[in-house]
Amino acid sequence: MPYRPHRSERIGHGVDKVEFLRLLGEHLKPGDLLSAEEDVRPYECDGLSAHRAVPWLVALPDDLDQLRAVVRTCRTHGVPVVVRGAGTGLSGGALPLDNGVLLGLSKFRRIIEIDPANRQARVEPGVRNLAVSEAARRYGLYYAPDPSSQIACSVGGNVAENSGGVHCLKYGLTVHNLAAAKLLTMDGELLELGGSAPDAPGYDLTAVICGSEGLLGILVELTLKLLPLPDAAHTVLAAFDSIEQAGRAVAEIIGAGLIPAGLEMMDNLAIRAAEQFVHAGYPIDAAALVLCELDGILPQVEADRDRACAIFRMTGASSVRIAADPAERARMWAGRKSAFPAVGRISPDYYCMDGTIPRRRLAEVLGAIGRMAKAYGLAVANVFHAGDGNLHPLILYDANRPGELEQAEALGAEILELCVAVGGTITGEHGVGSEKIEQMCIQFSAAELNQFHRLKLAFDPAGLLNPGKAIPSLHRCAEFGAMHVRGGRLSHPDLDRY
Amino acid sequence: MTNAGDDRTEALLEAVREALARRDPLVIRGSGSKDFYGRRYTGTPLEVAGHRGIVAYEATELVLTARAGTPLAEIESVLANHGQMLPFEPPHFGLHATLGGTIACGLSGPRRPFSGAVRDAVLGVRLITGHGELLAMGGQVIKNVAGFDVPRLMVGALGTLAVILEISLKVLPRPETERSMVLAADPPKALARMQELLRQPWPLSGLAYDHGRLLVRLAGADAAVAAAAKQIGGEGLAEQEDYWNALKEQRLAFFHQESPLWRFVVPPAHPHPADCGDSVIDWGGGLRWVRSTDSAARLFALSRHAGGHACLFRGGDDVEPRFQPLPSPLLGLHQRIKQAFDPYRIFNRGRLYAEL
Repeated sequence: MPYRPHRSERIGHGVDKVEFLRLLGEHLKPGDLLSAEEDVRPYECDGLSAHRAVPWLVALPDDLDQLRAVVRTCRTHGVPVVVRGAGTGLSGGALPLDNGVLLGLSKFRRIIEIDPANRQARVEPGVRNLAVSEAARRYGLYYAPDPSSQIACSVGGNVAENSGGVHCLKYGLTVHNLAAAKLLTMDGELLELGGSAPDAPGYDLTAVICGSEGLLGILVELTLKLLPLPDAAHTVLAAFDSIEQAGRAVAEIIGAGLIPAGLEMMDNLAIRAAEQFVHAGYPIDAAALVLCELDGILPQVEADRDRACAIFRMTGASSVRIAADPAERARMWAGRKSAFPAVGRISPDYYCMDGTIPRRRLAEVLGAIGRMAKAYGLAVANVFHAGDGNLHPLILYDANRPGELEQAEALGAEILELCVAVGGTITGEHGVGSEKIEQMCIQFSAAELNQFHRLKLAFDPAGLLNPGKAIPSLHRCAEFGAMHVRGGRLSHPDLDRY
Repeated sequence: MTNAGDDRTEALLEAVREALARRDPLVIRGSGSKDFYGRRYTGTPLEVAGHRGIVAYEATELVLTARAGTPLAEIESVLANHGQMLPFEPPHFGLHATLGGTIACGLSGPRRPFSGAVRDAVLGVRLITGHGELLAMGGQVIKNVAGFDVPRLMVGALGTLAVILEISLKVLPRPETERSMVLAADPPKALARMQELLRQPWPLSGLAYDHGRLLVRLAGADAAVAAAAKQIGGEGLAEQEDYWNALKEQRLAFFHQESPLWRFVVPPAHPHPADCGDSVIDWGGGLRWVRSTDSAARLFALSRHAGGHACLFRGGDDVEPRFQPLPSPLLGLHQRIKQAFDPYRIFNRGRLYAEL
């Protein structure tokens, strides 16, 4: 389905494409500058395939000089820019513009330096997430954030989205693991944010860059924190007869003072899909399972594991299993990590949501999602980063049935609004992008959105970077609000409607 | 659990709007425990200490929300009752230190390299901007990427962007056991040993060097702490937890001298210059407290050369600037960010940098 940006977020320009190609061609090799339909078509979407737009032009610079030249040319002519890393994002953050340059950083893939003494890696943004840990391994170190796409996704994209993974509760998100970043602004300034030493002077701009979805600047170099590889990791799988029990078990684990490296939950539909797909040895009759991983030095891991097992039994687990060896541990995780493709096998299409809720509301939220799904006539499988309250409902649908995608999107929007209503957020780790931009109107007031726009303009005064993503215009919200009158109260009543 | 406390949002909003109308600079003030920190600046006091109380705390969610004027001591005591703590072990520097001041100053204690800095724990804020608007940014959940990370931008901004009204923080369980060991060493040996320890998954919660003593604090399950202590070696530290408190609160004899106290933050493995003056090292080498009467220009050059930064923390009243100067493009961005939040520069004008 072609995606149409909201007209209030469109950056108009009267630049002639042929002339602009000539200008960029002064700096880029012919193969690095794409404009023919068949060449630019592969860039029409990122991991959110429901939103597509054929880019006006694609530029793939080799180095910083070429990148600067592209940026300068776009800035001079007022042409908007969308930056793309590996294109694995799930919220349409790298969705192109039909009148803008899609700027691919895939050639910026050098690991510049591993500094084992200070436990840091200096890398270019196109380096794959997993490649950082692979390069650090010989020093006994690794890079902790591990989004499920870590084989393919780039660290530049991880910073732009503030990616998480299954180990966030203990090791944090990208924002906790980024020491420094070099940022090229649309005005051509190369800024060094943060540093190899913590607590950089001035404002905490590395924090602002994390999760900024390509709206503030172009990342050209990152310094990532590395951690020592744990000596030991033990994984426990507990099955429960109800979601409520599983939710209580998770709360008890945290309440008892344990911070597991991973604490994941799956519901019955997700369990069955994963079991069919990878034969992880999951109990397919269970209403919910909890995977709990503990890591560190061995005596710590053993103590934590025993406490976790005791808590699972006390909270009524129907079975508690400790992975006997690395192979079984890998199988247990394979089921969880393949939950998305596994659901993809039992349904022609699925739509992955990403809300966060206060953990105590879990049973209530899953119950409500079940009822909403029923009303839409769709099935929903749930996987849950239980430790940090990040819920991934997977809505099953068939795009070939007329209207079903729209139904799935409508259900998804209702789920996100529910997350906000219970005190959570519309996105825990996938980002807003184009996908959830309208739900931003629900989570934030006009004054709050205005403040976000002001902050963006401090970095990107002409507003050329990734317009129409992450932060909605107030006009978009006004129109969205007109369709979404809640309790008789119109949001953004001060704005014109058109 | 919640504590009604005292909600002064309306009064504070009114005071900011009046100041805005008069373009009158404000000095945002909690208990004043960190008045010494930063540049000298003037304005009409905006007292935030009365805006206090824990708004929400659910131990099993690991999230606490409190008003900016809430005393740090009250928060720490409530957390301790539930076996939890602030991960960043903040210095108080006074009996009545508030949460708001702690966030605005962004100072973290000895636990920082192991369980995170102030900014790492901040999840959400409510604030009043220099547009006279009341905003809620971030949230009360651990994972949240909706909107720019304005909450973390407030940490260490020294109140130059907005009045922080309320903060949501991630909290952590207290370790089952903590135990500190001491090993004799000179600075180069101590730094080398620190880096060696930091490259292994030891259950550390403090790593400092103080006049010939390498201090190692271990935290975790009894069995893990005992096993680590045995392998790392050294003697049990006589002062145990009192030492780390004295280090954090600057009550050690080293901190009682007259000469200016400089705070150097450097890549942890950076060699310690033999001639830099009397010093104490924290954060596994990342934080170096130095007594020095050298010129600010020389010390800023030294920190820059080390790949880090410095600030004049206490003393040297007439010394300018107090914080490591920013390169001009970066200062320009800071000025535009200040403009975005506080266009009339009414909040803590000049406390961080003269231009902000």
